[in-house]
Amino acid sequence: MDEGTATPNAADEADLVARLKAGNEEAYEQFVRENIGRMLAVARRMLRKEADAHDAVQDAFLSAYKAIDRFEGGSKLSTWLHRILVNAALMKIRSAKRRKNEVSIEDLLPRYRDDGHQIDPPTGWEHTAEAAAQNREVRELVRASIDRLPETHRTVLLLRDIEQLSTEEAAQQLEVSTNVIKTRLHRARQALKTLLDPHLSGHGA
Amino acid sequence: MNCQEFIDFIMAYLDGELPDESRIVFRQHLDLCPPCEQYLDGYVKAVELGKRCTEGASLPADVPDALVDAILKARRAAES
Repeated sequence: MDEGTATPNAADEADLVARLKAGNEEAYEQFVRENIGRMLAVARRMLRKEADAHDAVQDAFLSAYKAIDRFEGGSKLSTWLHRILVNAALMKIRSAKRRKNEVSIEDLLPRYRDDGHQIDPPTGWEHTAEAAAQNREVRELVRASIDRLPETHRTVLLLRDIEQLSTEEAAQQLEVSTNVIKTRLHRARQALKTLLDPHLSGHGA
Repeated sequence: MNCQEFIDFIMAYLDGELPDESRIVFRQHLDLCPPCEQYLDGYVKAVELGKRCTEGASLPADVPDALVDAILKARRAAES
């Protein structure tokens, strides 16, 4: 997850971790200031309400502070922190109420005739993903479409495709089997495609 | 393999998880069925778009000072 800010070298990071473990207040402030920009961006990606994103970031920093003695340096500090934040954001998602505009996943999957052929064969998308993503309206449409997915499926798509967790990590975070993650991810991607189809096929984008 | 089975197998195919035999049958269906070829193309693009269109939002965000203060305060409260 290298996203923008300067990456500290290993020696600097080991020094920071040592000072954090010693309970140094300045070290904690440095740790917060160096990471909070990325943390807030991730929290906003996962949570719809700004207040929830703030809460998740705050919870994550406090959890990281309390758990710093268990950080062994096997991964980068920023990667470790990212996992803690994802966990904090998931707790927020779980406690949130179901949304009213949520669509049913079944309504977004392909429909088949008895012989297994598609009832509504797709028309091709005119542009490459790279070209379509240049268009601001398309970017907003894609983000809005991800938000319309049922929460259980949106969460898996976010963890796997956007936050780049492995199938095993996502399964661990959500306390489900790896097969459940695979099924939900495949359905979430199909549903996203269905939501984008009318806008991007043929004359779209 | 029919279209439904083809679409069910797309993710495993893309992840390289289909056994050799199934992959050959998958490829045969792909060569013979334009709607499934288009479906696969749209699926791959949807995944790619999902990634690309959230990337811009992954740049470090402007952070309100109040949030930084709240976080530093929360640690001090946890200490005492």
